[in-house]
Amino acid sequence: MSATMTNTGAAGHTASHDHGHHDKTGTVIFGFWIFLMSDLIAFSLMIANYADAEWHGIANGPSPHELFSLGLPTIETMALLISTFTFGICTLGMKYGASMKRTIGWLVLTLALGAIFLGIELYEFHEFWTDGNTPQVSGFLTAYYSLVGLHGLHVTSGIIWGIILMVQMKHFGMNDLLKSRLVRLGLFWHMLDIVWIALFTKVYLMGVLS
Amino acid sequence: MSILGSLDLNDIFIVPFLKEPTLSTGIAAGAGGIVVLGALAVALWLTVKGWWKPLWSEWLTSLDHKKIGVMYIVLAAIMLIRGVLEAVVMRAQQVSPAPGFLSVEHHAELFSTHGTIMIFFVAMPFLTGVINVVMPLQIGARDMEFPFMNAISLWLSVGGAALVMASLVVGHFETGGWTAYPPYTGIKLSPNEGVDYWIWSLALTSVGTTLSGINFAVTIYKQRAPGMDLMKMPIFAWTTLCTAILMIFAMMPLTVASLMLALDRHAGFHFFTASNGGNMMNFANMFWLFGHPEVYILILPAFGVFSHVIPTFSGKKLYGYTSLVWATIAIAVLSFTVWVHHFFTMGQTAHLNAIFGIATMTIGVPTGVKVFNWLLTMWRGKLRFSTAMLFSAGFMFTFVIGGITGVMLANPTIDFATHNSLFLVAHFHNMLIPGLLFGMFAAVNYWFPLAFGFRLDEKWGRRSFWLWMIGFYLAFMPLYAIGLMGAPRRMAFFTDPAYFPWLVVAMIGALCVLAGLTSQVIQIWVSVKNRESLMVPAGDPWDGRGLEWSLGCPVPEYDFTTVPNITSREPWVDTKAAGKHVMDPTEFVDIHLPKPTGLPILVAGVATVGAFALIFEMWLIAAVCFVAMWVLVLIRSYDTDWEETITAEELREGYEAHKRLVETTPKVSLDDEFTSKNRGLILEEAV
Repeated sequence: MSATMTNTGAAGHTASHDHGHHDKTGTVIFGFWIFLMSDLIAFSLMIANYADAEWHGIANGPSPHELFSLGLPTIETMALLISTFTFGICTLGMKYGASMKRTIGWLVLTLALGAIFLGIELYEFHEFWTDGNTPQVSGFLTAYYSLVGLHGLHVTSGIIWGIILMVQMKHFGMNDLLKSRLVRLGLFWHMLDIVWIALFTKVYLMGVLS
Repeated sequence: MSILGSLDLNDIFIVPFLKEPTLSTGIAAGAGGIVVLGALAVALWLTVKGWWKPLWSEWLTSLDHKKIGVMYIVLAAIMLIRGVLEAVVMRAQQVSPAPGFLSVEHHAELFSTHGTIMIFFVAMPFLTGVINVVMPLQIGARDMEFPFMNAISLWLSVGGAALVMASLVVGHFETGGWTAYPPYTGIKLSPNEGVDYWIWSLALTSVGTTLSGINFAVTIYKQRAPGMDLMKMPIFAWTTLCTAILMIFAMMPLTVASLMLALDRHAGFHFFTASNGGNMMNFANMFWLFGHPEVYILILPAFGVFSHVIPTFSGKKLYGYTSLVWATIAIAVLSFTVWVHHFFTMGQTAHLNAIFGIATMTIGVPTGVKVFNWLLTMWRGKLRFSTAMLFSAGFMFTFVIGGITGVMLANPTIDFATHNSLFLVAHFHNMLIPGLLFGMFAAVNYWFPLAFGFRLDEKWGRRSFWLWMIGFYLAFMPLYAIGLMGAPRRMAFFTDPAYFPWLVVAMIGALCVLAGLTSQVIQIWVSVKNRESLMVPAGDPWDGRGLEWSLGCPVPEYDFTTVPNITSREPWVDTKAAGKHVMDPTEFVDIHLPKPTGLPILVAGVATVGAFALIFEMWLIAAVCFVAMWVLVLIRSYDTDWEETITAEELREGYEAHKRLVETTPKVSLDDEFTSKNRGLILEEAV
């Protein structure tokens, strides 16, 4: 996350239009960090709920071991991990004055990788679903769809957010406001990556091993 | 399914009464009627007075922290009236010959709405409102860090409250208490829309509160006046900071648990169901992972209020500032370690119960430290029993009793006998009425001039205190007694004659509290009528100690003409000690304040309509509202011209005017504090 930290500082220094006694851009980013902490609470609760349900909530449904394989989730994970790298390049480039075209290019690549991730996830949901393993079957499946689905919803909103930012970059140009928004989307995106590592480990790796 | 979802004619408040006229349905229809007629009367009154436009442009669209704070408090006041009236109806029910005049269902709705309203739509908006008005003034800030988000928080809370009010008119509220434990609140046992009212009104307000927490924390971390390091911050800012941190971490479990319950109910999921691998114990854990820190969200701001009222009206510096700060931090941390004590009887091991029991008792230590801080502040002080001080003293006395019963309940072996009894009900009312309401009443009486420029009537204020105080003891001490005799909570009626005399006393107590509330309404009325003689334009009407009292009353839109440099914990006391009544200006600079905007109320309005649609399963309308809400937020993101400038020159003029006013205002002694001679600038020394 050190790249992100650097970017946070960089965007903070660019704010110069503010006459007040404090630095608005840095403060907004600080506020967003705090929001992310609160969001992480939601994920931790869902993970805790999942950890309970994968043992006690099988009922008449499949167990994690019967349900999961590692193939697709691994590809999915790689797509998301690479997307965090490309987003890092995107914001680093912005810091060192890359052109808007370049910034948008890296952002498009990032969002496309996010879309691939999401596509694989939805495909997997679809496969499970058509096999009759719907969330209504058991507490475990409920927990699985909700936990992974919550992360997927976050990725979806991240993609929509990114598209909106690209439209706004065209509209406003690459000003301080847009830079600050892009840095915040970056924080959000990197957080989702970290959360995914936890999910991949808990749900898929440990699920297959169980 | 039609576009109107599950809504049908029988949901309209008057229809059940027309079909089956009983006293119970009559009361329900009457309550719905009051809501409808009340709303119409207010609308009519605004139209006749021609106040719609000023209301919209001065208040509803304002992003000024003081006005947002006042609107929060107005919301709390309206909901408090409903909550107290419900309590009186429940008390009346239990002294009527069994089975009473309410149906069992209706009684269950009453205790569920009473609890939900008192926690989420009285206590929370009340403390959020006081924080909004006071905290920025105490730390030398000009507004909250995120004023737009602040308004969103406000209107989301209003939306949640509106839904609870709507449940009187359209359909029913839930019957599972304010905690709404599944599987009872699952779709099988609670098939109507009641639980959905609970879920979605809480979803709105819990999101609003999370955003408020972020706003408060960032404001305190980033907006303090130069020189005000954390250990120079006023205690109220400290308690606000700890409350904000609790809001950030503790509201999310509620949001998550309630949305999971919604999925169970409407999507056939199995989070908390009794079959197919659901586990309701996860709900209890998550609910109280929110619920216990929530207790301290409620109580810490009031602790902050007392830490300002008591020194002011004792004429002394707060005793043991540092220990009070650390006690506050300790309480905030410990508040996350005790949630299991809400369900000692759920079936976990005795070891686990023992650990949580000990952790619970530990919280008594820092709280005890605080009580000694306040007592030693009063020790040898020159005490003046204003309304605010009376509420503070009444709090200390009463709260300690509640604390002692809390330590009793913290012992799992005792808790097994008293769990879900009226003893518990008496305990938490004993904590929250003094520990939250008295604190907020003290805050309103103490800080009212900052927002409106005049003091509140003392005579009616003191009457309201005595009625509340006596009413509290009469209403809740009997519940301790019959709780120990075995009376369970949430019963529609009792048949044991031994309870009866106690219930009669409790009924008298409830009427006393109602009289106290009425006195407060009269107090506001009388004060507004006599506002000319209660004006304190020069500010500082009580020989105050905090930065907020260095400002004129009412505080101007921009709060501070110049942001002061802080060198001590009580800069205003130092200024007065140097013989000055205006703080020296630092540097006059142009400042930016947010322009009013109607977007927050629109966003929350659309969210509320969407939530209502979800309650009655109108999925299409809900989806449209969800999209519309985000489109409105998107519109805001295109608005770059959202600030207006106040020039350095205007600020200088403001400063000069205030200085002239202060110089021409006669200084009066403390003996005349509560008389019309007090135009601000009360001094300890007689002049």
